[in-house]
Amino acid sequence: MSESMVRVEGLKKYFSTARGLLHAVDDVTMDIEKGHTVGIVGESGCGKSTLGRTIIHLLDKTDGKIFLEGEDVSDVKGKDLKRVREQMQIIFQDPYSSIDPKKSIRDTVKEPLKVSGRYSKSEIEEKTDMLMDLVGIDERLKYAYPHELDGGRRQRVGIARALALDPKFVVCDEPVSALDVSIQAQVLNLLKKLQMDRDLTYMFVTHDMSVVKHISDEICVMYLGQVVEKCPSKELFKMPLHPYTKALLSAIPSIDIDHPNKREILRGELTSPINPKPGCRFAARCKFATEKCLEPQEQQEVSPGHFVRCCRVEELG
Amino acid sequence: MKKHKGQSEFSRFVYQLSKNKMAMIGLVILLIEVLIAIFATQIAPYGYQEIDPTALRQVPSAKHWFGTDEIGRDIFSRVVVGTRYSLSMGIIATAISSVIGIVIGAVAGFAGGWTDNIIMRALDVIQSLPGMLLTIVMSAVLGSGYFNTILALSVGAIPGQARMLRANMLKQRKAEYIEAAYSINCSPARIIFTHLVPNSISANIVGMTMGVAHTIIQAASLSFIGLGVQPPTPDWGAMLSGARAFIRKSPHMVIFPGLAIAVTVLAVNMLGDGIRDALDPKLKK
Repeated sequence: MSESMVRVEGLKKYFSTARGLLHAVDDVTMDIEKGHTVGIVGESGCGKSTLGRTIIHLLDKTDGKIFLEGEDVSDVKGKDLKRVREQMQIIFQDPYSSIDPKKSIRDTVKEPLKVSGRYSKSEIEEKTDMLMDLVGIDERLKYAYPHELDGGRRQRVGIARALALDPKFVVCDEPVSALDVSIQAQVLNLLKKLQMDRDLTYMFVTHDMSVVKHISDEICVMYLGQVVEKCPSKELFKMPLHPYTKALLSAIPSIDIDHPNKREILRGELTSPINPKPGCRFAARCKFATEKCLEPQEQQEVSPGHFVRCCRVEELG
Repeated sequence: MKKHKGQSEFSRFVYQLSKNKMAMIGLVILLIEVLIAIFATQIAPYGYQEIDPTALRQVPSAKHWFGTDEIGRDIFSRVVVGTRYSLSMGIIATAISSVIGIVIGAVAGFAGGWTDNIIMRALDVIQSLPGMLLTIVMSAVLGSGYFNTILALSVGAIPGQARMLRANMLKQRKAEYIEAAYSINCSPARIIFTHLVPNSISANIVGMTMGVAHTIIQAASLSFIGLGVQPPTPDWGAMLSGARAFIRKSPHMVIFPGLAIAVTVLAVNMLGDGIRDALDPKLKK
């Protein structure tokens, strides 16, 4: 087994709301290997973006530990926090709101270099040119403003900004869901190419199963703040174990008219993430739910590298 | 599209502004007024206090270009010398209130929570007094005179500027580009002044241009009730209110100081609009 890039243990992120504590990320433990891409999937509001933002220290965690290349970076402050943030970057979902509309795109790409204080003026210019070239922004658009660009080009600007400080770990927070399908492929391929060239580790947050299949080595399925299943991506599509994963996969439209997917429709409402009960979060909508499911669930390794959080996984097979 | 190759934001701004004809006209008018203010005593054909008892309320003529007022003073000379007071009071008071208001608004809008709450309630207290009353109280406390009047005039305009910036900043604060700025280690000061303020300030700039006009009129009201700059200082607003009684018989006494105010306000507005547009890359030509 290769080295771990990022490891989180029992990571929790709660938000206090008027109605109680919202468990956005609840007791997540996972390992992300160097050079791998881990896809995080789940429906809206299941805490996938919050998980990514908490790991890279954009949000303060409530509890748990975060390790970066074996170093405990859970409670870094000041200078160390800056150093850690430089190594863990993020690419945002919406390329329209993630770039300052009043700055030229060149200034946006340049900013992390300026702020880091590591480079001289001429080095900054040189590196900026290099970065814009790297993500494929035309020379003629060097001094353009965000509103003059389409979504795909803006997303490239966001990628250049994230890569400016040579991070090791990048959280891609639904980086293509706001783009046209034709542009999606371009951006995904760019991300893949950059990963190979620069030895990056990605955490790829998305709700698009076909995107995640294309790009991930491993997939994490989240449901209401918890990881319900984690395994290598091929295995997940072949042999999903958790009832929620099965339902999720059955929702992917099939292009084969002779063998259409039998879609499993989930009954019941999404349980509220505010002050949840201790048992399985999915129990209320799960057709296999029994008494046992109302007790806290442990994450178990059913086969090497395949983790499931369901007490009935053995019986259901 | 022609690209401006200037490296800095500022040179791009100057370039954009210089291409805006209206803004340039406004700027030229203001510069001329500033020159008039500086060389007022050289330009004015008569002393602004000089009384000619033989020429009361005369209509404009070759001798008195703008006519004379009710005690025989040359209105042209008074308008010229008045540029010094009215223009500088309007601009300086607005500048003071805008800078203070913007800083307060930026702090409140960025910090949020308790800091925001305390600042906003303090501004509520100021705003709960009618603006004019506040200015009157301030100038009564500070005493009359040029600088005290400027201070009194600026206090009342602070809450408006602060609120405007805060409201726009609250909208911007949650945007993803601000989150991105955090992720690349921008300091709070950098986030406020290079990201949040530039994206929130356009309403304030329009507010400032209107503020100049408002302040000139308010200064006049102060003079009218005996506070603010004292007669015989030829403040435009004071001349206007002094001439009120003669508006039917000798309209020229009102027209010329009024025209001076109108031209100044127009010029400030044109320049202000130009500045706002030049700061917005979406509106560039």
